[in-house]
Amino acid sequence: MADFVSRRDVLKRVGLAGAAAAVPIDALAQVTQPARGRLETLTPQEADVLDAVVARLIPTDASGPGATEAKAARYIDRALGNALASFRETYREGLAALDAYARSSKGSAFTQLSLQNQDAVLTDLERNVATGFANGSAGFFNLVLAHTLQGTFGDPYYGGNDRFVGWDLIGYPGVRLIATANDQRMDSAPAPTHMSAYDYSMFGKKKP
Amino acid sequence: MAVTLKKTNVVVVGLGATGGVAALPLAQAGLDVIGLEAGTWLRPDDFAPDELRNNYRGWPQAIQKANREIPTHRPTASSPYSPRLAIHPMMNAVGGTSLHYWAQSWRLNPWDFKVASETKRRYGASRIPKGSTVEDWPFGLDELESYYDKVEYEIGVSGKAGNIKGTIDRSGNIFEGARAREYPMPPLRGTPFTEMMGDAARKLGWHTFPGPAAINTRNYQNRTGCAYHGFCARGGCHINAKGSTAVTTIPKAQATKHLAVVSEAHVTTIEVGSDGRVSGVNYIKGGTEYFQPADVVLVASYVYENVRLLLLSKSKAFPNGLSNNHGQVGRHYFSHNQIGGVIGLFPKAINNWYGLPAQGVAVDNWADDNFDHSSVDFIGGGNLWVYSDRRPIAAASMSTFGRAPRWGSAWKAFIKQYADGSNTSYLQKTTLPYEDNYLDLDPNVKDPLGYPVCRITADYKDNERKLTTFVQDKMVEWYMAAGAIAAEKTPMGTMGPTTHAYGGTRMGDNRDTNVVDRWGFSHEVPNLGIVGASVMGTSGARNPTLTAQALAWRTAEHLTKSWKEIAK
Repeated sequence: MADFVSRRDVLKRVGLAGAAAAVPIDALAQVTQPARGRLETLTPQEADVLDAVVARLIPTDASGPGATEAKAARYIDRALGNALASFRETYREGLAALDAYARSSKGSAFTQLSLQNQDAVLTDLERNVATGFANGSAGFFNLVLAHTLQGTFGDPYYGGNDRFVGWDLIGYPGVRLIATANDQRMDSAPAPTHMSAYDYSMFGKKKP
Repeated sequence: MAVTLKKTNVVVVGLGATGGVAALPLAQAGLDVIGLEAGTWLRPDDFAPDELRNNYRGWPQAIQKANREIPTHRPTASSPYSPRLAIHPMMNAVGGTSLHYWAQSWRLNPWDFKVASETKRRYGASRIPKGSTVEDWPFGLDELESYYDKVEYEIGVSGKAGNIKGTIDRSGNIFEGARAREYPMPPLRGTPFTEMMGDAARKLGWHTFPGPAAINTRNYQNRTGCAYHGFCARGGCHINAKGSTAVTTIPKAQATKHLAVVSEAHVTTIEVGSDGRVSGVNYIKGGTEYFQPADVVLVASYVYENVRLLLLSKSKAFPNGLSNNHGQVGRHYFSHNQIGGVIGLFPKAINNWYGLPAQGVAVDNWADDNFDHSSVDFIGGGNLWVYSDRRPIAAASMSTFGRAPRWGSAWKAFIKQYADGSNTSYLQKTTLPYEDNYLDLDPNVKDPLGYPVCRITADYKDNERKLTTFVQDKMVEWYMAAGAIAAEKTPMGTMGPTTHAYGGTRMGDNRDTNVVDRWGFSHEVPNLGIVGASVMGTSGARNPTLTAQALAWRTAEHLTKSWKEIAK
């Protein structure tokens, strides 16, 4: 379990335990930045909210690492600069609306809420009852959920599914160029390949 | 001003599954053919096993004419428009959608050619659903048999025959019509899961068999056998085991030196001379406009584009669109009732991670008129198909069967246990043409060149809804008999843009109700041929491609035999 928990998460948990006020803001930011890596499209404030959201959608828990370890938010941040660029504005408005709704309904920024309250906010979004969303909160919720799934279970080439944690979670044995009859046996799946499609030389030269 | 090119014998608009086939008999007969294709050539290293790119981002992303002219849809003329698709279900490339299709290569069953007369004969005329415009084909399966055979051997179809010259073989489909000989290759292998499903079906008294696929199962015509790696659906084959026209009929036609392929050619309109005959086609390539004169034009794009191109090609002789003086272009449109499926949930992992949609087990007992319809209130039926194919994002996006929420720890525990426990069956069901289901030009939505896109006005009717329930019930029965702990029916939806579209330029002897004659040539324009599923008048309960390809070969062969009369 400890392997899955970043320093950022430790700080978060400390914060949730009530010690947040004891951690100077600057110190928190210093620790946070390296763990996240360079942002490509989102603002740090947006990324903070998104990090917290994906951590609740696919939590790190007894069943193993989740969207945080998969770096699903990194996937979304990068994709918003290219393939998902048409959603950049939706994220800008949606993340702001989500945070505003957290403040209005639960009295605090989303990242500062207890896990229980974060889940309550997300449930309101899912049920389309959260206020402040131009086109309804469910649309934004579904979009983020779909992208979080892509970032957790898609090919690691795109910045998510880091160290194949998503594929390992669901038992996907990975990209193979040949699957034998033995690989299709029902009683035992083959060992994971832990390779991206673009780790194979024939595809490495034509990356998307 | 368009650049006028040197005249050719035949110009083929679209080098996909059907145009790519039609080009071969023409070129082999020595006719000079120019194939205009909107897409590019793609090579095996373009076919990465990348679910995100292929299945979520609409691969191939480059040069997709189709994506700029996605048809609009409304269920009825008075209902609001459906949300427009972001990605066209078909693709442009040399080889077209035969690059990324499932490659299931069925022949229609004998009944499919005679739906109207057989229904009347067996159950009475009142059993033809109200408002349906269904007609018998102008010929039966026997006429098409030799063309099916040619295409099966040319592109390489694997499978197991169930009826060779009337001799039934229970290891194949006992309901199929007679064929002259066995498939060129044995079927794709089964898996322990599909074998388990097969056992369960046979215990129910149903007949099971492997399906046919344009996928090599051994070395065939210098292409290798399938590697079962699992990215066949909306993915090209990295080892050319899939018999797309890009690796079969098109290169073979090129080798005759009588086919010239022009890729990235965006055809806009067909020209008509003062004699009412077509004189060639206009296209744009690299920003330049060209006019390609030809003795004969073969339209071979997808259903929506075949219809749209005719409707956009207006002239003095054809003010309502080419070959549309009888108002039949766009009529008798229908799309396959293939959406309403069933998902089974098994208690243990079934290892569906590899394989392909064509690797499966079929049941045809409930398709077509293979069972007595006296006591049911619909005609037709569905083919049940269970296969091995799964990719990780889709697996994680699975239905939770009401047993878990859609996110959070409880969801995560559910998918950890069941991501490899579900199986989605493919149920292809009869769809009929109806008076008020049709294609036309959208009055408001245009492509980037300013041409209206195709508009679909269509929805399923009572017959489709009733038979969907019937077929889904059979599939639920099958899953439960095989040990599933749950089975969930998926909604059938409406008739929006799809990979299985039919009609719009229907084939038939009556020019008042059909656009093309029994050979695939326009009733109104003698040197205009049309190939593709737009000429098909019934759907059957199985994938259309092989039938469209057999028809394309037949139309092309007819042209070579009747060249003097058609080309003049």
